Amino acid sequence: MDIYVCIKRVADTSEVDIEIDRTGLALTEDDFSYDINEWDNFAVEAALQLKEEHGGKVTALTVGIEDDEEVLRRALAMGCDEALHLSDPCFEGSDAWGIAQILSAALKGKPLDLLLFGTVSADEGAGQTGGFVAGLLDLPMVSLATSLKVNGSIATVSHEVEGGLERVRELDLPAVVTVQTGINEPRYVSIRGIRKVSGIEIPVSGVGDLGLDPNQVGASGARVKLEELFLPPQGQSAQMLEGSDDEIIDKLLDLLQENGGL
Amino acid sequence: MADFTELDFYDLSSLFSEDDIMVRDMVRSYCTAKLMPIVADEWEAGTFPMPVIGEMGELGLLGPCVAEQYGGAGMTGTQYGLICQEIERVDSGLRSFNSVQGSLVMYPVEAFGSEEQKMEWLPKLASGEVVGCFGLTEPDFGSDPAGMRSTCRKDGDDWILNGQKMWITNSSMSQMGIFWAMDEAGVCQGFIVDMSLPGVSAPEQKHKWSLRCSVTGEMICQDVRVPESSRLPNTQHMKSPLSCLTQARYGIAWGAVGAMQACFDEALRYTQERKIYNKPLAGFQLTADKLAEMATEITKAQFLVWRLGQMKDNGTMLPKHVSMAKRNNVSKALEMAHTCRTLLGANGITLEYQAGRHMCNLETVLTYEGTHEIHTLILGHQLSGVAPYGDR
Repeated sequence: MDIYVCIKRVADTSEVDIEIDRTGLALTEDDFSYDINEWDNFAVEAALQLKEEHGGKVTALTVGIEDDEEVLRRALAMGCDEALHLSDPCFEGSDAWGIAQILSAALKGKPLDLLLFGTVSADEGAGQTGGFVAGLLDLPMVSLATSLKVNGSIATVSHEVEGGLERVRELDLPAVVTVQTGINEPRYVSIRGIRKVSGIEIPVSGVGDLGLDPNQVGASGARVKLEELFLPPQGQSAQMLEGSDDEIIDKLLDLLQENGGL
Repeated sequence: MADFTELDFYDLSSLFSEDDIMVRDMVRSYCTAKLMPIVADEWEAGTFPMPVIGEMGELGLLGPCVAEQYGGAGMTGTQYGLICQEIERVDSGLRSFNSVQGSLVMYPVEAFGSEEQKMEWLPKLASGEVVGCFGLTEPDFGSDPAGMRSTCRKDGDDWILNGQKMWITNSSMSQMGIFWAMDEAGVCQGFIVDMSLPGVSAPEQKHKWSLRCSVTGEMICQDVRVPESSRLPNTQHMKSPLSCLTQARYGIAWGAVGAMQACFDEALRYTQERKIYNKPLAGFQLTADKLAEMATEITKAQFLVWRLGQMKDNGTMLPKHVSMAKRNNVSKALEMAHTCRTLLGANGITLEYQAGRHMCNLETVLTYEGTHEIHTLILGHQLSGVAPYGDR
């Protein structure tokens, strides 16, 4: 199987105080550490598990600046066979449509059985790229996958729907699947894996290599623009529960019950 | 307290390579997800979490500097240091397990063993299939190992080993051990001993209030017969066991930074959240003083080990350099754990918080692998040229 998995490097905002920078459109990222987007990590694991079961090759792709290469190296250390870094100054400021065009241009003509994405990225929260790429490459797609199996030229994918229901769909390969967190247990990158990929040159493709018009992508090609980024004001009704973990759980359950949350 | 933010006040991360950071982050996420949730309960029960052995083996954390052809990961000294730092952020006892397996067992097999010994033992030790221990310290000879009473006597093609080793990490859960003993010419020899051989026993040391997640015991050899092929052929008297200790002490100097980070991070969060007199505890000058002192000591300790790692990797590291880092970092970590315990108030005496557990653990770390005092003597000797030890 030829599996491609599209991944993204995002800032870890869980452990720092979030501040908006002077433009009002971006975060002050001085103190951030970066890692692979959580959903994408599950997509990489899903790809590796399919490779282990069916054989073949897994290629990781990312669109981004030089530092973003780090997530490709991580994916290689996890067990991906190849990586492709799509990087060009004119990609900066792309909206999801622009990113999808870059990815589609890189994937066009490649022998491809399955293309995986994380359902959504932690930084943008749009969840559009997988769908756009499926459209651009004219491939069937299922999103929000909670399980993924392949049998011959058919993929069987479960996904969650409202009300706790699960739907199982079959789709002809080649296809696009965006995966949910929890679909598997992503492996840790082993030290030997890191050692193996140390010093490997990861190929980089820019706008010219992909045959794209620079005006199609980046900020100039973006049709969705960020208008404002702000931290919502702290709600008046917020209630801080205090006590031991058990006490907090009891209080929380009482509150949820009282207010119809359960 | 699973959340953790490392203090990196001087942006030291930017001095590490991309691979170093990847190793550190991998070990950190493993430690946070797998070790942190179980450590307090294991510590309280006084048990070693056995699944950790296989997990660490699979991730390549056992003997990471051993060459790849023997199952190691061929990591740099700096990367090994970062591994120790991250594991000791969880617990000094878990790091002790790792240090013994890597620095005190795999290192001497690789450095002093025959090709057959390396091929036989190193892959199994690297995967965690086999756990090893290191028998040097004796009941009456800790800081002064050259005085050891253990003996090895040639008998035909075999050797007969006798002696009692004490304070041996991993002993009762080991399948093999390195046993150091004096031969009839008074030369120290090292042997790879199968712990299931007749005459070998490893009673466990119970009732410890420190390193409770780590197994400690004796390694007793009573007329144990081993073939010549068990002897490490390339040792050089006491220099060889002592060089193993240099490796382990190197890892300990890094590990202490992890313990400091854990205690500091926990205390910082606590003092920011806990209010007294309607104000966060952190807003009082007495607390600010403690936080500033601790952050400064962490930063100094980080620089020591960062440079020590560079020296190890470029071949200029000497035992005296390791002594300074081990001596400083462990004693500062112990002081810090205590300070953090006080900042946590009464909460600090419970196992829900880490500081008390680290404080108890670090009492051992201060004493093992060269006591604080011995490292002081080593530094004094190196600085003045006059040996401040007793006579032998």
